[in-house]
Amino acid sequence: MTERFSLYELTTLRMKRMGLFFAALVVFFTALAGSAPAQAQSPSTGVAIHTEDKTVSQPTLIGTVKNDGKGVAGVKLHVTGPGVDEIVTTDENGKWQLVVTNKAKYEVEIDIKSLPKGVTLRDPETTTRIADVSVTDKAAVLFPLGKSTRVVQSFWDQLLIRLFAGLNLGLLLAVAAIGISLIFGTTGLNNFAHGEMVTFGALMGWLLAVVFQLPLVVAGLLTIIASAAFGYAQDAVVWKPLRKRRVGLNQMMIVSIGFAILLRYLLLMFFGGETKVLSGEYEAVKFGPINTTVTSIWSMVLAVITLAGVALFLTRTRIGKATRAVSDNSALAAASGIDVEQIIRIVWVVAGALTGLSGLFYGLQFQATFQTGSQILLLLFAAVTLGGLGTALGATVGAMIIGFVVELSALVLPVDLKYAAALVILILVLLVRPQGVLGKKQRIG
Amino acid sequence: MDWIQTFNLTVGVILDPLTAAYILCAIGLSVHFGFTGLLNFGQAAFAAVGAYGMAIGYLTLKLPLLVAMGFALLCVVVFALILGVPTLRLRADYLAIVTIAASEVFRYLMATSAFKDVTGGSNGLSQFGYDFFDWNPIPVGKYEFGPFSWTEDQFWLRIFSFGLVAIATLLVWLMMRSPWGRVLKGIREDEDAVRSLGKNVFSYKLQSLIIGGLFAGMGGIVFVLSMSNVQPQTWVTNFTFMVWTVLLLGGAASMLGPIAGGMVFFALWVFVNEILAGMSNMGWLPFLDPAQVGQVRFILIGLALMLLVVFRPQGMFGNKKELRFNG
Repeated sequence: MTERFSLYELTTLRMKRMGLFFAALVVFFTALAGSAPAQAQSPSTGVAIHTEDKTVSQPTLIGTVKNDGKGVAGVKLHVTGPGVDEIVTTDENGKWQLVVTNKAKYEVEIDIKSLPKGVTLRDPETTTRIADVSVTDKAAVLFPLGKSTRVVQSFWDQLLIRLFAGLNLGLLLAVAAIGISLIFGTTGLNNFAHGEMVTFGALMGWLLAVVFQLPLVVAGLLTIIASAAFGYAQDAVVWKPLRKRRVGLNQMMIVSIGFAILLRYLLLMFFGGETKVLSGEYEAVKFGPINTTVTSIWSMVLAVITLAGVALFLTRTRIGKATRAVSDNSALAAASGIDVEQIIRIVWVVAGALTGLSGLFYGLQFQATFQTGSQILLLLFAAVTLGGLGTALGATVGAMIIGFVVELSALVLPVDLKYAAALVILILVLLVRPQGVLGKKQRIG
Repeated sequence: MDWIQTFNLTVGVILDPLTAAYILCAIGLSVHFGFTGLLNFGQAAFAAVGAYGMAIGYLTLKLPLLVAMGFALLCVVVFALILGVPTLRLRADYLAIVTIAASEVFRYLMATSAFKDVTGGSNGLSQFGYDFFDWNPIPVGKYEFGPFSWTEDQFWLRIFSFGLVAIATLLVWLMMRSPWGRVLKGIREDEDAVRSLGKNVFSYKLQSLIIGGLFAGMGGIVFVLSMSNVQPQTWVTNFTFMVWTVLLLGGAASMLGPIAGGMVFFALWVFVNEILAGMSNMGWLPFLDPAQVGQVRFILIGLALMLLVVFRPQGMFGNKKELRFNG
């Protein structure tokens, strides 16, 4: 609390609120540090990603088949693709590698019969994976092994597991979706480059926590600050000049698509195409049938606190009220003395920080690549549209719905269709209630 | 650096069937966006429906290839109806999000292992194009025209694909100078004004979506005939964005825009790649690994798309007055 007050007194009214926001995050991350060790180690089961052999410039497919931390030798993998139809076998460390000539996508199928006895894929339905070396020169393929956990669960256990996973995904999406919603509300822009802000958060977190070996609290805080600065810079360099030129909103939407491609491949150039593992040791936690990790629990708790903080910010503070006023009617807000450009700047900073934080959560719980953000971008749009474009609380509700739909759909649909289920829900909702769950009717136009 | 090879590759791509495929998709998009003002970001799905429609019609339904192509176009019409009926009443930005979502849903459905028997799952489908080359009327041999050098099959594929481009361009020209086309342009300029004249705006938009989709479906057919396989990963959102870049480069509401845009786009695409790869191999670009050259091209596409929309929204051929983004 002392941190909070020193910041509170030192800054101007505007900065007070921002400071409060960051100070609250300091508290969150201090809590996080107490629980999760920050050292980067490969997960105890599954496949670790190896980033050495930097000299290879020919497209190379790599992977390690590990079980309980030890490499599994003699596992056969069938690689097919343009001009390639080969079977590779893992060495005594469980590693395999295949140099290919074409920059293309390859299919890697694991031969279940070649696995040692008592070991199966953790997800027995997925025996094939895609390795994409069409833009990067190296692709890693993951086949998590372990005892098959799927067979023994009853329907109710599965339901509980999926509900928990849905809650987790929903909270994660909500933190990022609020950013889209705030930006849309105040500027009218559908920002397709928002996914890259998620990627930025995840990759910055990886850079600071894994490469620079900073403690997770420090890395997390620096990531949030960098993400906030990234949001500010995007507005200052791209969007503010375009607003000044009075470029139309749909034009700006297409600009944001170009910007997304630009950022995605810049991030690829800086960070490389390998899958990044952010999290250290996964400390397992078990509630009944639900297997989770300490990291997941903390990120969920922090997401809830963040969401509550944003809700309080929007409803209780002057800046928050001004933000909502600009969302409602920016001309009227300007006429009543609100500095609209200032509010938009603050919104970009807050949205950048929130989205970066969400990317960090995502990277800690799953893994991160340069495409992480663009892969969840449509889920974020689905969340925002479901909730009603431009309403921040609606975005939270929409994100929770999308999170649950994605995870619960796996109970009845094949796992590789779970994202499709969320997008179908989006289309169906637009059919019956185009203004979204919490949106106002006049917004459909 | 091999300048002759660079030149030949750059010129060669201008008449590549894949260029024709993108041009066909861009012609379709010019009907949607350039003339009707529909922000369709699901053009990849229309092309994919055409491609998969033909492959599945031939392989699973055992139709003759020509009938399978007809079946593919029928599938495109059905897809346009399914997509258009719920969404065309929505505001432009909602339409953009929904079309992009629908195109991803279609891709997931093609890639899932659940329908692997029909769609080939993530492997896709192949071995459906042999009949197409049996139709080839051109005698066996090597055909050279200046920098171009083709086998009889390559020559046939180019005649077919650019023939479709010519037919599509002619059709669009005829349609847009008809009263029907003027209604579409009216919808682009002011939907409510057209409505007040008693026209059924929704029906016109749906017709525009179907017709533009049919051109994209043909593009998909040309694409997979040229690749001799169809894979779900082809039809990612980046495909749509490249079609948009092609269209906006050429000019969204012009007849020759998609053709010029496609040719210039792919000539630059190859040229930049060759130049960067050559400079990188000679060590002139110490910060750039040869493997990263492909990434730089995407950065340039992103930048080109941004700059085009802001500074020259009418593209190379368009008329600025003819371009409305409705927003």
